[in-house]
Amino acid sequence: MPTMNIAQALNDAHIIEMERDPNIYVAGEDVGVYGGIFGVTGGLLDRFGSKRVRDTPITESAIIGTAVGAASAGLRPVIELMFVDFIGVALDQLYNQAAKMKYMFGGKAKIPLVLRAACGAGMGAAAQHSQCLEAWFMHVPGLKVVFPSTPYDAKGLLISSIRDDNPVVFLEHKMLYGVEGEVPAGEYTIPLGKADIKREGTDVTVVATGQMTHRSLSVAEKLAGDGISVEVVDPRTLSPLDEDAILSSVRKTHRLVIVHEEVKFAGSGAEIAALVAEKAFDYLDAPILRVAGPFTPVPFSPALETEFIPSEEKIMKAIRTVMGQ
Amino acid sequence: MSLTDEKMIELYSTMMKIRMFEEQVAEYFAEGKIPGFVHLYVGEEAVAAGVCATLTDKDYITSTHRGHGHLISKGGDIKLMMAELFGRRTGYCKGKGGSMHIADVDLGILGANGIVGGGPPLASGAALACQYLGTDAVAVCFFGDGAANQGTTHEAMNLAACWKLPVVFVNENNLYGISSCTINSMCVADIADRAAAYDMPGVVVDGNDVTAVHEAALEAVKKARAGEGPSLIECKTYRHRGHFEGDPCAYRNDEELQEWKQKDPIPRFEKKLTEMGVLNPKKIEEIKSSIHKELEEASRFAAESPLPDPSDVLTDVYTI
Repeated sequence: MPTMNIAQALNDAHIIEMERDPNIYVAGEDVGVYGGIFGVTGGLLDRFGSKRVRDTPITESAIIGTAVGAASAGLRPVIELMFVDFIGVALDQLYNQAAKMKYMFGGKAKIPLVLRAACGAGMGAAAQHSQCLEAWFMHVPGLKVVFPSTPYDAKGLLISSIRDDNPVVFLEHKMLYGVEGEVPAGEYTIPLGKADIKREGTDVTVVATGQMTHRSLSVAEKLAGDGISVEVVDPRTLSPLDEDAILSSVRKTHRLVIVHEEVKFAGSGAEIAALVAEKAFDYLDAPILRVAGPFTPVPFSPALETEFIPSEEKIMKAIRTVMGQ
Repeated sequence: MSLTDEKMIELYSTMMKIRMFEEQVAEYFAEGKIPGFVHLYVGEEAVAAGVCATLTDKDYITSTHRGHGHLISKGGDIKLMMAELFGRRTGYCKGKGGSMHIADVDLGILGANGIVGGGPPLASGAALACQYLGTDAVAVCFFGDGAANQGTTHEAMNLAACWKLPVVFVNENNLYGISSCTINSMCVADIADRAAAYDMPGVVVDGNDVTAVHEAALEAVKKARAGEGPSLIECKTYRHRGHFEGDPCAYRNDEELQEWKQKDPIPRFEKKLTEMGVLNPKKIEEIKSSIHKELEEASRFAAESPLPDPSDVLTDVYTI
């Protein structure tokens, strides 16, 4: 099986889908000549031409809004919001238009669009280029929210997102673009709303997303040496959330730690904790703990940014705490 | 430009239908039969009627919170509209949208819109689909003077100009964004001047003269269909009623209102057509009575239709 990194896997998904469906177009800032600021759309312009791969001005409302209008009129846009932080200048077109049209119109609209966006801290990009905002999107009925952590998941989930008839926010952690893994050649899909057990374990469930999936796996490996068996669940799709996968894992391990990079307060972990408290409370042998970003903007200096991003030490401490150590 | 008698009667009838529909809606709203917010188009009918008469079912429009006129002009069914206003299950949106969200995607009506400036990017997007798919269809974006100051409008115009999209931006300048008069909200006398920023044609027309609106729209739509890019038409008009039903209108004076009522597009066109011999009192009565009948049917349909089932609240969020 070929090995590729997440950026290459996403690029491969674009090519497969664009060859399959002529009504898919790609648009965004620097997606064409530049090939995407993180290289995801590299080579697409040469391959598919400027009708289908469209460099736009810096105009996020129009990038998203034209995609919504085009999707309602028969196209299947895959658009790039360079950094998820930029959604603020264009949010109306996503949450009031794209997400609500079907419902407001009594079911008689279809908005098949994918909004890709790079998120996350770790490269000193500071407060307006480093955020994780999953919970913002999860809070909007009508949107789907996808957040892969491996090349295999990234490719299969992007193909599924493009084929989905709903608006999908597809989040890509910028520190993970270079992560390599085995990826099958050709097309395959991973259903939206299906979590993946990244590591099986029996003592504690860790639900982790994005960059935190990798840190949690590393911690799980270290703790195995101490006799603690950690199960790592990556939801992969945050909306719809695979409730069954999370609940069955907790019913097995009786302990839950949630790890994400978003700020802890009202983050996606709050929803997951509430889910388990409502539906699996009796199975819990310890309070649910969350390891997440503090309630601050993302700082610039590496000394501060490192403190902001949940570390392996913090994850390990939380796991030991729920284990009563 | 000479319009056929048939076309002129069509323009007149469309305006009359919008007027009679909305006068009926105002009554029902006052009686408490229609919940929520209702923004009426009375006084501005020439814009929607004049523009939409240049379009086919394949063309798209995006509308505004003041959208009944656009819907009716684009061929919307007043039975389904009235049922929606009544919040009934048989309405255009099954009672989930109301006045501000009525849409008929099959007729190219991409929805009224509760967000001022929400529509322009959607219109440019629909136009992109038309261009991409190689049809000669176009999109028309209706927007008000309020939306003319929103960033989304300018982003949509700029991208439409850069990509030569087949879209016509039709500004309905009724002088007020709720209470905010254009004198205080913009530093140019004509919104059409802003077209220069995007190197597209921008014209000002008397928005209460249906033939003037129609003529300007024909030109812009023809240009769009020919692949020559977007245009902006500013229609100077006035709403006779408040921003919403129940608005006391303390921000404008009666003298101004009376002045604009003198320019009411419907009696004005009626007089012109009568003088031309295209209409006569008998013909006018026939038109009104036919609309009246249709309206009665729509009202009966709405009143007799069932309310949505409470369980309907959960459906139509996602396409499965």
